[in-house]
Amino acid sequence: MSEEQKQNGARSGEGEAQAEAPAAAAPQAPESAPATESASRADGAKPADEQPKAVQESAETPRQAAQPQAADESPQAPPQPAEAPQQPAAPQPGVEPKHTATPQPAGETQQSAPQPAAGPSQPAATAAGEKRPLTDEEKEARRQAALAARAAKLAAQGGAAAGAAAGAAAGARAAAGGAAAAGGEGTQEPPKPSPNQPKLDRAVQLLKELVAEDAVEEATLNPFNDDMPTLVIRGEHWLKAAQTLRDHPEFGFRYLRNVAGVDHETHMEVVYHLLNMDSGDTYCVKVRTNRDNPSVPSVVSVWATANWQEREIYDLLGIVFPGHPDLRRILLPDDWVGHPLRKDYVPLDPEV
Amino acid sequence: MIRTEELLLNVGPQHPSTHGVLRLIVKLDGEIITHVEPVIGYLHRGTEKLAESLNYTQIIPYTDRMDYVSAMTNNYVLCYAVEKMMGIEVPERAQFLRLIVMELQRIASHLVWWGTYLLDIGALSPFLFAFNDRERILQLFNELCGARLTYNYMRVGGVKWDAPEGWIDKVKAFVKDMKGRLDEYHNLVSGNEIFLARVKGIGAYDAETAIQYGLSGANLRCTGVKWDLRKNEPYCIYDRFDFDIPVGKNGDCYDRYYVRTEEIRQSLRILEQALEQFPPEGETMGKVPRAIRPPAGEVYVRIESPRGEIGCYIVSKGKAEPYRIKFRRPSFVNLQILPKLLVGESMTNLVTILGGIDIVLGEVDC
Amino acid sequence: MQWLWDQPLSWMSAVWFTLGALCVLGIVIFFVTYAIYFERKIIGWMQFRQGPNRVGPFGLLQTVADVAKLLLKEDTIPAKADKALFIMAPALAFIPSFAALAIIPYGMNLQFADVNVGFLYYVALSGITTIAIVTAGWASNNKYALLGGMRSAAQMISYEVPLVVSVVGVAMMTGSLNLREIVLAQEGYFWNWNFLPQIIGFVVFLVSALAELNRTPFDLPEAESELVAGYHTEYSGFRFAFFMLAEYVYLYAIACLTTILFLGGWNPPFPQLDFIPGIVWFILKFLAVVFFVFWVRATFPRLRVDQLMGLAWKALLPLAMLNIFITAAGIHWFGWGG
Repeated sequence: MSEEQKQNGARSGEGEAQAEAPAAAAPQAPESAPATESASRADGAKPADEQPKAVQESAETPRQAAQPQAADESPQAPPQPAEAPQQPAAPQPGVEPKHTATPQPAGETQQSAPQPAAGPSQPAATAAGEKRPLTDEEKEARRQAALAARAAKLAAQGGAAAGAAAGAAAGARAAAGGAAAAGGEGTQEPPKPSPNQPKLDRAVQLLKELVAEDAVEEATLNPFNDDMPTLVIRGEHWLKAAQTLRDHPEFGFRYLRNVAGVDHETHMEVVYHLLNMDSGDTYCVKVRTNRDNPSVPSVVSVWATANWQEREIYDLLGIVFPGHPDLRRILLPDDWVGHPLRKDYVPLDPEV
Repeated sequence: MIRTEELLLNVGPQHPSTHGVLRLIVKLDGEIITHVEPVIGYLHRGTEKLAESLNYTQIIPYTDRMDYVSAMTNNYVLCYAVEKMMGIEVPERAQFLRLIVMELQRIASHLVWWGTYLLDIGALSPFLFAFNDRERILQLFNELCGARLTYNYMRVGGVKWDAPEGWIDKVKAFVKDMKGRLDEYHNLVSGNEIFLARVKGIGAYDAETAIQYGLSGANLRCTGVKWDLRKNEPYCIYDRFDFDIPVGKNGDCYDRYYVRTEEIRQSLRILEQALEQFPPEGETMGKVPRAIRPPAGEVYVRIESPRGEIGCYIVSKGKAEPYRIKFRRPSFVNLQILPKLLVGESMTNLVTILGGIDIVLGEVDC
Repeated sequence: MQWLWDQPLSWMSAVWFTLGALCVLGIVIFFVTYAIYFERKIIGWMQFRQGPNRVGPFGLLQTVADVAKLLLKEDTIPAKADKALFIMAPALAFIPSFAALAIIPYGMNLQFADVNVGFLYYVALSGITTIAIVTAGWASNNKYALLGGMRSAAQMISYEVPLVVSVVGVAMMTGSLNLREIVLAQEGYFWNWNFLPQIIGFVVFLVSALAELNRTPFDLPEAESELVAGYHTEYSGFRFAFFMLAEYVYLYAIACLTTILFLGGWNPPFPQLDFIPGIVWFILKFLAVVFFVFWVRATFPRLRVDQLMGLAWKALLPLAMLNIFITAAGIHWFGWGG
């Protein structure tokens, strides 16, 4: 596994931490989503002034951690430095997706900039009455959390990538929790690893041993989904990995629950949800592919149920599944033009 | 020498026993089927595409129209997914109302299946008996939310309407009556020799095949696999109630029939307990932010609909609209096994086997 | 009507024959109208419904309206159909059903034609309808219709065998195939009626008759859930009405035959009740049989086509044969029958 790989793994761990943050913060400070957003925006603006270095570090920002392939060659690269100022405020997830989706992030930053000028407590107070104003301590704590995550990630680069990625995730989560409790760095709770963490580590290890050293691109836990282990597997190894996942006694995923295709605009993704009926484990496996010529090996030979589901994805997203016995459109008419669930889909006849 | 040739028969899209707009291209040798190809998509409305430009509350009515025989469970799976992402607590009373309507819906859905299945097999009366009872459930739903088929009842964080005065008592009365009716139905149909001859040993498959094909619901349980998401991966408040998972043994049409009818009984059991424990008062909506914007991330949730595992996979980018929403529709997945089951069977068994899978075309095509 | 047969054919007797036939036709059409009405009503009640209740008092004119609609409907013939056969088939189905009625004795002196081989006459004529159904299925140039027609042919031919064989016992006990004599042989108390000594024959006859009529649980030729409408898928309007009519006329004929062969015809259950006219008893028994047919329809699911054949050849035919031997033994050793 290359150094880059390890970094990717670690980065995803960091992204994990950000995603986890609201859940951890929620019990301490019940706050509505908009409040979080504006507060974090206010929060984000200040570090922008203080930490110009973050701009250079944009390669490590969470958005790219989620999309490692796109990081280098993406044509959207130029806007990223402009976005970056918000990203040191990593533990607040409300900010990040909003701005990544905004075409002019710089403008956003400018809009939000006046808010701290009016005093750190005011924007938050106007957004939601109950919301505690963010004190400097808290901001400091959050920054500490981000730093802790980064430190954990650096540590991860030394060790085995996947395991360390998870460690980073856990560490970062703990840090976020600590930050939300407004505690200093000294009072961090001990890391509380998810019960699924060992499973994930073991899965990555097994796949590496049995399939290929670089089979696993990324391994994370999905905090929204009861820490569902989520693996990103390289397309070229997917068929073998699928067989391993089904047949290896430690996996035993004989049941394929769901296959979904997602167009992430930078890349396409096919998401498989696997179930082991004996242990009740559900894993999520993703296979990524490029957008221009999307292709993911078919797993019909592994799970017969993938047949129609792959046809549906082919129909609606245009992802080709080499090895599929009968890859035709299934829901739309055979002469349909385009694949409607692609984000760039334009109907042939807008009247319809 | 007599020259024989295959007969190519288009069953559907308009046909009495395809229960919607399913088309099967069937090749027949005499009355024996040599090849089947299902053609679907006649009812495709692009729900998933539409949902990408709607906010979560607006998607709920679209879920009604997927599996229109079991709209309540569809409502639930979407709300459940969003609640899971946002960490919203659903109040106790709303949980109970959700559970009660979902179980009523399961009974209604199985009744529709029971009636239409027997109509497929050629028995006329059970269809009307079943619809009579289902009618009572629809009336109860009508009182609750003002609609009989597409309820749009649940919301993220709770339910839209509280139970009106006396509604719980009406449900109790229904549950009591339905138990007796169920026994009568068994007397009328379940032991009938003609019926048994039509369904026993027909369309059988083993557990391994069922799992390979990703079957769920009664189609899976009929092979003896004890897998019911209400028990195995409890959601809502199912873990508080005592009920059994009926399973079959041979995986044939009779076992599917048995599992479904027995599930009605288990649903009645759950309802009895739930109605007893129903909280006399309380909120029906939890604390929900005004704008429902799940944080960036993704979630896959699944529940046990009357037809099997209905799942909802949401990819959110922190906006009010889902970035991508995918419904795992049990009918769509279950229907895949049909060609495998039909080859070598007679034209008559086509109807028996297709009916036994229990599909709703609105859900297959989505 | 017997006196007409004894005269040489003249214009006068020809007019009488025509009038008689028209009279029977009127009765039959009246019966069919109300048989459909009662079928719908009875099945409705069995299913907690009202049945037809809008047209006329209690919905009595519902069937009239339906028939009027059928007659006024546009007559469509599929473009690729075999036109001549397509047009011929409904008539070919109806005419034998009506002609078969000539031999039914409703009372001691109420009979159109007293034929000595009455029962065989019925069987011979009803066989023609099978041809009509195959013709209809073939001529429609529709795959469902063809399948329905073929099924129907197989079914009706198969079931005619046990149907006829089951009556052999009755014929042996009476010593005649003349329907009037069969009734006369059943005089006395109801246990003298053939259905008790010929209980096996009676059951076989009823089952085969249901199959002959293509009614539930043997309604495979028009199994809606499989074959859409079977052999009459492509028929509409008055051609379809002819098939319906033929079906119900056969119901009428079979109910009459059951009454005559097994239920003592116009004989009262107790001789003391003979002050009530025989025709009343005949109608009562006849209606009981018709009701039975409707009742079965509301209760049973449909057999599968291979099971149907199996039933005819593996169960009903051996039973009917057994019945013949038992009857023969009974006549020989116990002096059954006349």
